[in-house]
Amino acid sequence: MSSLTNEQIERYSRHIILDKVGGKGQEKLLGGKVLVIGTGGLGAPAAMYLAAAGVGTIGLVDFDVVDLSNLQRQIIHQTKDVGKAKVQSGQETIAAMNSDVEVHTYNEMVTSKNIRDIIRDQDYDFIIDGTDNFPAKFLINDACVFEKKPFSHAGIIRFQGQLMTYVPGKGPCYRCVFPTMPPKDAVPTCRQAGVLGVMGGVIGTLQATEALKYILGIGDLLTGYLLTYDALTMTFRKIKIPRNPNCGICSDHPTITELIDYEQPACDLRHH
Amino acid sequence: MSEAMKTDGTIDITDVVCPITFVKVKLALEDLEDGQTLAVHLNDGEPIQNVPRSLKDEDHKVLSVKKREDGTYDLIVKKHGLLSD
Repeated sequence: MSSLTNEQIERYSRHIILDKVGGKGQEKLLGGKVLVIGTGGLGAPAAMYLAAAGVGTIGLVDFDVVDLSNLQRQIIHQTKDVGKAKVQSGQETIAAMNSDVEVHTYNEMVTSKNIRDIIRDQDYDFIIDGTDNFPAKFLINDACVFEKKPFSHAGIIRFQGQLMTYVPGKGPCYRCVFPTMPPKDAVPTCRQAGVLGVMGGVIGTLQATEALKYILGIGDLLTGYLLTYDALTMTFRKIKIPRNPNCGICSDHPTITELIDYEQPACDLRHH
Repeated sequence: MSEAMKTDGTIDITDVVCPITFVKVKLALEDLEDGQTLAVHLNDGEPIQNVPRSLKDEDHKVLSVKKREDGTYDLIVKKHGLLSD
């Protein structure tokens, strides 16, 4: 017999009614564990939809505190939260939304020293990269390759966004496409370039969709594809990307055998 | 269909409204194997109009529908019975 309570049956009825979800699928979601790294433009909507969907364990990683300039897009935080640790603010929003969800908070910046322990802390099933800087993106990729964990990469800037999904042994990793860090200041971050607030909603929600599909075991993931979105022209492009047989980390003869802390460009550092 | 027909499961959905009616039937069917049968007790109106149609959409076969004296219905459905036809 289904372990769902009457309240859960009602809360998740629009899921359960779906042919590819059902009660068993909803139970998988309630048993699912997703780690969201960065609770900003991408991570905020991703974490909120995962919580609403009843993903039973959600980890939130962020070292920052809520700033007034975050609120234009980081919808998990409210005006009253300015000055509060983002993970704390995110945890409170999720707690108010759905008590089925257990939130684990990590109020720190991911580094080569802690990222593997954070992933192992709850043996997360899927990781969402909601970070806004290249050092973190390479770190998350490399840690997920080492820990054999699937993750969704994404980035947003101005009116553009992109995402791809790595599944161990099933397709390319982030380094297959972007072998190493871009030169300093070659690519601006959204702090310098700006971003339309809704971009995180669109792309972060797609990341949450990938996590839900992975947990449910349904549909096709963006494995082997980079999906790009241009809000000005309303264009989505799904670009096929192959595995790089000489990839520094996920190929058969890796040259990268430990995590690297790349230098954060000085212009990205925040001072409070 | 004789009144004594033995089913592999029973569910009463007279205490809930759409769409929880079908959600509950769906959950009960998940516990059965293909070809097994479920007896459903449901209300007149929206439930009797919608539940059998939703069941057919998901390839379950409605074997019988009987109205009780109090106006409610007894329906017997065979899990994925339309797939084997």
